[in-house]
Amino acid sequence: MAVEGAVASRSGLRSALPLLAPAYLWLTVAIFLPLSAMVFFSFMTELPLSGKPWAFTLGNYAAFFSQSLYLTLLLASLRLGLEVTLWCVVIGYPAAYVLAKVLKGRSREAIFLLVILPFWSNGLVRIFSWAMVLRQGGILDTALNAVLPFKINIDLMYSYPAVIIGLVHSYVPYMVLTCYLTLQAIDDSLIEAGRSLGASRLQVLKRVIIPLSMPGLVAGAALIFVPVVGSFMEPRILGGRTGTFYGTVIEDQFVAVFNWPLGAALSFILLAVVLVILAVASPVLRRAA
Amino acid sequence: MAGVQVSNVSRSFGAHKALDDVSIDFADGGFYALLGPSGSGKTTLLRQIAGFDFPDSGRIAIGGESVERVPVEKRRIGMVFQNYALFPNMSVADNVAFGLSVRGEAKPVIATEVQRALDLVQLGKLGGRRPHQLSGGQRQRVALARAIVTKPRVLLLDEPLGALDKALRVDMQIELKRIQREIGITTIFVTHDQEEALTMSDRIGILRDGRVVQEGPPEEIYDRPKSEFAATFLGDANIFRGDSTGNGIRLPDGTAIAAGVGATLAAGAKASCAVRPERIRIATDGGASDGNANTLKGQVSKRIFAGNNSTYFVERAGQTLKVIVQNTGADRLAEGQDVVLRWSPESTVLIAAG
Repeated sequence: MAVEGAVASRSGLRSALPLLAPAYLWLTVAIFLPLSAMVFFSFMTELPLSGKPWAFTLGNYAAFFSQSLYLTLLLASLRLGLEVTLWCVVIGYPAAYVLAKVLKGRSREAIFLLVILPFWSNGLVRIFSWAMVLRQGGILDTALNAVLPFKINIDLMYSYPAVIIGLVHSYVPYMVLTCYLTLQAIDDSLIEAGRSLGASRLQVLKRVIIPLSMPGLVAGAALIFVPVVGSFMEPRILGGRTGTFYGTVIEDQFVAVFNWPLGAALSFILLAVVLVILAVASPVLRRAA
Repeated sequence: MAGVQVSNVSRSFGAHKALDDVSIDFADGGFYALLGPSGSGKTTLLRQIAGFDFPDSGRIAIGGESVERVPVEKRRIGMVFQNYALFPNMSVADNVAFGLSVRGEAKPVIATEVQRALDLVQLGKLGGRRPHQLSGGQRQRVALARAIVTKPRVLLLDEPLGALDKALRVDMQIELKRIQREIGITTIFVTHDQEEALTMSDRIGILRDGRVVQEGPPEEIYDRPKSEFAATFLGDANIFRGDSTGNGIRLPDGTAIAAGVGATLAAGAKASCAVRPERIRIATDGGASDGNANTLKGQVSKRIFAGNNSTYFVERAGQTLKVIVQNTGADRLAEGQDVVLRWSPESTVLIAAG
């Protein structure tokens, strides 16, 4: 039986190969090769393309540990990732719940479109439109002062909250979508069963709905946390002077300082840290789910 | 434990009247079946009693206390859902414990009660399993244990056996009836399966288009249906239509059919007679007539042999009549044979047309 099973699964793999090959070929060419090159660069003293003499070194990695600035920035970026993820949960989960469990038919489609819309707009356009809203004398400032009887001064531009607002706006659709999918899969009769047993709506939410939608929350959090920790566009444009994060420093190495080896090394340190965090968090999250 | 009174309850969804002035008295400790085709309003009625939905008008009382605006979680009911609705993220024991635990009972009390409930449904050893590791029948039992462990005032069952196969369904019918008797809980059971309704319940309410067509003990509804719908929906019936003669009807071709039970109707009114297929005797000869029996001649058009009995389809004046004959080993009739049908007036129910 076991032998037969093994044969069957092997022939299954063989027949699946033509289907898998294009995706893996693409991943190899487009991601694995450049990434390998980056690993290689991260151990060099100079970029070989520059024509200067180069040697292998661990100095780029040592730089991270020798200067406390990098660690400080990394911690700031991790905190940013955590905060943005948290806000995405707070904003995205209720929206996903309403989409999955309250709205039906046309109204659901319409609201869904509004959630997806940020995905379809250009990232830079999105950020610059926030810049117009948040700056002093901008849309938010003008609108509030037009309505309120007293004078207030809203100038969120080039601040930490501005970075959070921009990032949450960019990433909240991921949370809505992943949570929507798991929430929609929860049978309505489970909610009714809970209530028939005397549980309030809040108790049903806590004991049935949230545990059952945990996979969506985890997937959404992973999809948001990882890119936010390495983000540089929103911090740079909306954060200005306050927007120096780990991601912007990496970007600087590539586009401003042209120290690709250091940039590459910092990237891989970030990747390692993120992987460690996910590895530590996954058993806890799996148990919760 | 408590009885349930539904009085003049109406509920509309848009232009559709799902419940139209429904009144039923569910006696304390009784086993009541709500029977009807899909769209008849039986599930809507159950949801009003449960509190998932509120009536537009009318009153619902549980144990004498008006509850028609009380939300489901405050009604102290137990409900078993068609698809069982077990919480997949919890073990069997945690599923059963849910109601007690949200109520804030102490852990040892919960453990004892859960074990007692699981023992009652004969799943005492499966508390640690997950719902997906159970068979359909076992899930059904867990759902039942979960619904009764909180000692609800009423047990509501929404087509609970619909997803089970035939043999298991019969087992569960007996089991459900046993448990219901044991704890003596008022039980309201929604089904579209007439056999289930007949075998399990003390009383049946037949619903159609949001109205109660007839309500009473199974024997009464079966033996004295008040409408053609009740006659044909609960069991099988041959329906004859004609003009009332006061104690029967006259068919359009002049044949008189005497009816011993049913409605009292003035002569001349449009009326029907219903006769159960198993009440009709079928014979090949014209003799052996017993005085006042109704007699019709016809021709066998089809015979279906089902082991313990045979169903004959007999053509008579453009109408196909159904006759069920127990398998006594006597000669069987062939298709195409001329036959005489006889049945007593006591087996004939007079029904007002409409």
